[in-house]
Amino acid sequence: MIFLLLTAIPLLAALALLVPAGRFLPGDAAVARFGVAVSGATLLVALSAVTAFDFGAPERMQLEIDRAWAPAIGLRFHLGADGVSLPLILLTALLTFLCFLYTAKHPPAGDRVRLFTALLLVLEVGLLGTFVALDLVLFFVFFEVVLIPMYAVIAIWGGAGRRAAAYKFILYTLLGSGLLLAGMLLVGVNAGTLDMTELAARHGSGLTHGVQVTAFVLMGLGFAVKAPMWPLHTWLPDAHTAAPTVGSVLLAGVLLKMGTYGLVRVALPLAPDGAAFWAPWLGLFAVIGIVWGSLACLAQTDLKRMIAYSSVGHMGFVLLGIATLTPVGVNAALFGNIAHGLITGLLFFLAGAVKDRYGTGDLRELGGGMLTSAPRLASILTFASVASLGLPGLAGFWGEMLALLGAYKPHADLPRTTFVVFMAVGALGAVLTAAYFLRMLARITHGPVPDARLTAGPVAAVSRYEYAAWIPLVVLTLLVGLWPKTLLDVTTAPVRALLGGG
Amino acid sequence: MIVLASLTILLPFAAAFAGMLLGPRLSRLLRPRKVEPVPGGGPATTEQAWWRAAITAERSPLRNGPALLACLPLALAAVFAAIVAFTVWRSPGARTGTLTLIETGSVPIRVGLQADGLAAVVGLMVCCVALAVQVYSIAYMAKDPRYSSYAAFISLFTAAMLLVVYSGDLLLLYVGWEVMGVCSYFLIGHHWEDRANSRAAVKAFLVTRLGDVGFLLGILALGVGAKSFVIEDVLARLSEMPHATVTAAAFLLLAGVAGKSAQFPLHTWLPDAMAGPTPISALIHAATMVAAGIFVVARLYGVFVTGSGVLTLLGVLAVVSMVGSALAALAQDDIKRVLAYSTISQLAVMAAGLAVGADTAAIFHLLTHGAFKALLFLAAGSVILVTGSNLLGRYGGLRRAMPVTFWSMTVGLAALVGLPPVSGWFSKDAVIEAAQHAALHGDPEPQGWFSATPIPETGPPPPSITQFHGGALKAYAEANFTQVNWVAPPLPGWAAWLVYLGLLLTVALTAAYAVRLWLMTFFGEQRGDFEPREAPKLMTWTVAALAVPAAIMGFFGGGAEELRPHVGSALIALALAGLGGGAAFLLWNRDPARDPARVLGPVRPVLERGFYVDELYALVIVRPVRAAARLVVAADARGIDAAVVGAAGAARRLGGALRAPQNGNPQTYLTGLLAGVVVIAAVVVVFL
Repeated sequence: MIFLLLTAIPLLAALALLVPAGRFLPGDAAVARFGVAVSGATLLVALSAVTAFDFGAPERMQLEIDRAWAPAIGLRFHLGADGVSLPLILLTALLTFLCFLYTAKHPPAGDRVRLFTALLLVLEVGLLGTFVALDLVLFFVFFEVVLIPMYAVIAIWGGAGRRAAAYKFILYTLLGSGLLLAGMLLVGVNAGTLDMTELAARHGSGLTHGVQVTAFVLMGLGFAVKAPMWPLHTWLPDAHTAAPTVGSVLLAGVLLKMGTYGLVRVALPLAPDGAAFWAPWLGLFAVIGIVWGSLACLAQTDLKRMIAYSSVGHMGFVLLGIATLTPVGVNAALFGNIAHGLITGLLFFLAGAVKDRYGTGDLRELGGGMLTSAPRLASILTFASVASLGLPGLAGFWGEMLALLGAYKPHADLPRTTFVVFMAVGALGAVLTAAYFLRMLARITHGPVPDARLTAGPVAAVSRYEYAAWIPLVVLTLLVGLWPKTLLDVTTAPVRALLGGG
Repeated sequence: MIVLASLTILLPFAAAFAGMLLGPRLSRLLRPRKVEPVPGGGPATTEQAWWRAAITAERSPLRNGPALLACLPLALAAVFAAIVAFTVWRSPGARTGTLTLIETGSVPIRVGLQADGLAAVVGLMVCCVALAVQVYSIAYMAKDPRYSSYAAFISLFTAAMLLVVYSGDLLLLYVGWEVMGVCSYFLIGHHWEDRANSRAAVKAFLVTRLGDVGFLLGILALGVGAKSFVIEDVLARLSEMPHATVTAAAFLLLAGVAGKSAQFPLHTWLPDAMAGPTPISALIHAATMVAAGIFVVARLYGVFVTGSGVLTLLGVLAVVSMVGSALAALAQDDIKRVLAYSTISQLAVMAAGLAVGADTAAIFHLLTHGAFKALLFLAAGSVILVTGSNLLGRYGGLRRAMPVTFWSMTVGLAALVGLPPVSGWFSKDAVIEAAQHAALHGDPEPQGWFSATPIPETGPPPPSITQFHGGALKAYAEANFTQVNWVAPPLPGWAAWLVYLGLLLTVALTAAYAVRLWLMTFFGEQRGDFEPREAPKLMTWTVAALAVPAAIMGFFGGGAEELRPHVGSALIALALAGLGGGAAFLLWNRDPARDPARVLGPVRPVLERGFYVDELYALVIVRPVRAAARLVVAADARGIDAAVVGAAGAARRLGGALRAPQNGNPQTYLTGLLAGVVVIAAVVVVFL
């Protein structure tokens, strides 16, 4: 029941905002407070779900709700969570809450806060629903619910080039969704059920090799667009750069995870033969993505665009982990998901704050000396960058390290030498990651303050709302990094179960 | 025991966070004496302002919040480290403790520590040097507006190094290893207002990180091979692992060691790292960071011994590093760069010791080097504070004005050269003796009172029981009397001779540059424009205190046979040192106002630029990577994205083509209809 509540709260709140402004919550400030309250309530429900969760058996689906939805075609309204989805649910609820908190004081350029709040709430419904859905069609419905609000957020409140970016985003991901639906239906029709838990428990038995190979490539492509996997990534830099701060945070923090979560939750267990067939290709594209993304970052001149490209590299590590088809690799992917959500979410918040204060995100125009002109902001930016380049002791490291560990010894059916090469190339990509982050830091935080900035007056200090939005992310990055056991203990058992007890 | 070891790590770690968040606030709470605000701080501060701030800071250390938060926990940690070392000395053997086991889905990570002889002595050395650096910094960095973050990063740096030292698990060790890297980045770039410092910091991090990639992959290979990341288990299972795996892992680990310990070809970051404040150089060069590489080789000596050819490569790299950097040190103008190149050279001496199987001697040299190099850098910091310059050419005649610094630095330089009876002589001689033995007899001497490596069950290398004699560290030696140690396979003859001759050449060169530095700083006439006087007391005393271990530490090695001086090798080394030092003196004596390095003539710029290795790397690595980055961006925009956008355009054109018949003109529709009827009729008539 708790997950029904989790998705119902933001949905009802979004519907309530349809009431004309004169009757309900007049004024932007009231709407902003409403958004904070609703997302805060959702976060509380998510936290209560965590307390209700039995951590003794994280591999079991818990807190389930299973009702008939459209019995004629075997659809069920089936929600639930296990150790794989629980951290993502919490991450989503947390990031959405922080976004509302941030928006309350820093509304996006272009006003229309009422519409913005409603769209974000619908977005939250879709995101949370994707992570709790246990029926293929239900999963797909939530997966698609996310697209429209995100499209609108980019197209209405975005920066320069927002139209083109929004079109590219929605058309590209819709194309992926089409393939995904085809793949899911292929599995569903052949297996005779749409229930994900049941399909996962079968581990592909009852499906022929050909069906599995076809289904995996269809579903895999759909998720790969979302993740995004090289070479299907070009929508991402445009969308991130054009989106308003909050949009970028949710896009990078949660939306990308839907792709990798889908691979782990749907594609791997439903079509294991197909996974084994395609895994080397997935690994290859993942590794190319790592190096490609890092190199692209080295040549970027825009802060937001650089962070966007860094996502391609980081998600490359996540995909590499999945491609190994080992428990440790999939663990790496889930860990990488959470770490990337925390760190890149924080980075996009900071990029937005920099743009607000300096009026530009261009590294050359920013000049240098941010540690002098805005020491706190620059310090947090340094922290986030260091976390993102995979420093041990912070969250980013464990996902990368475990992915490399998985690639060193992939699943027995996979070609070992190939994966060892992937491991070596991926590890070198980690050096490039350090290179572009340090280059960015050296450019904008170090050095003297340019004369033009000195005359422009002091830079606004970090506001309390900004601290409130960032500190939880900083603390969690530290916590998860120093004590990776918190996350690994939850995911290890369900991952073994998903991979067939491996 | 393990609780104490973990507290030794956790105290500086907690101090780092406390100092970062609460340091300035605590200062305000303690109401310090009015420190004259130093506008801007950083390297541009005038000498007088710097001086006054240092004196004020020295008079009120107890009212300095960041200093208290940095020094007190570290002092406590040093006490704990001493207790750990004492306990291990009294009742030897490795103690291990595990906090928890982290399941990863494959090989678990054990969060645990291991305190044995090796860890205990190195840990104690780290704590002592770091404490000296922190105390010294109170006065030296008093001018700095960012002292609190500086002190906090030193604490974090120390904690990371201690984690490397006490760690019982390879991945835990790697965590400390990398955190050190990022601390070095922050501290080298402490004066980031200057772009050059920022570049040096980035370079230090990236070069070591490149080596660390190899290090991590080596750890993963060992861990998967041994099915455990626990160091003891890995060493115990070496014989069961495929030989190729061990060899590959050892080479990969060597990359990380070369990066951290600044050995050729990854040494280029260290001279540039002089951009950091001088106490940081002392910390990096003596206690942390560079020491970690040598420490890890000693810690995992079994891996390096088992992998074939690894020690030979280590020996060759060491010879290149030690001779090359000693030559480069000869030509430097900057006092800190002379010392930096000498660090590369001395670390290479340790690496050479490890290569010829003298791991005990190498660790002994690591300890003595920790003492005398910290001393040298801190003394250099005093000289820089007084003269306001880094350049040797601007010093001269300081021995009268700075007697304490002069005598301390004399002890330090004597130890660096290896003159009896100061510490460096004992340790360097032990390495040279081992190399001589390897070159002449072909097999390494039995070694090992520091090691506590477990017994290999079968296969290579052949175990041998080490033997010890009385002395100060007899009990320490007995620690491992019954233990069996890794014995290095003999180096190939040419490599052993190369190492031996390289060591001897280095001795002569070391003497030459040390004498040059000594004479140009303290003798002759004053060349720069400054008021000669002794540095603030807090700094002078710290330096003088470090002179004590730098002078007498050598005698502590008397407990082990292989650490005692040997007449033959000692005489050869002394003769060569006299030759090098004498040459430097004669050249200087001809005209004390001028730099003796002038005789190098046209070779000097080559040596000064470190053989143009930086320029080579810029050409071979940096530029191609930049070009690749631009290529990728272009390919993304014009290749992949153009295809995506092109697909949209193609869809629109296809739509346009299909739209052409739907133009709303009834005539066209009717024509089409009629044409269709005609065609169908024709088909029916013809085919049916």
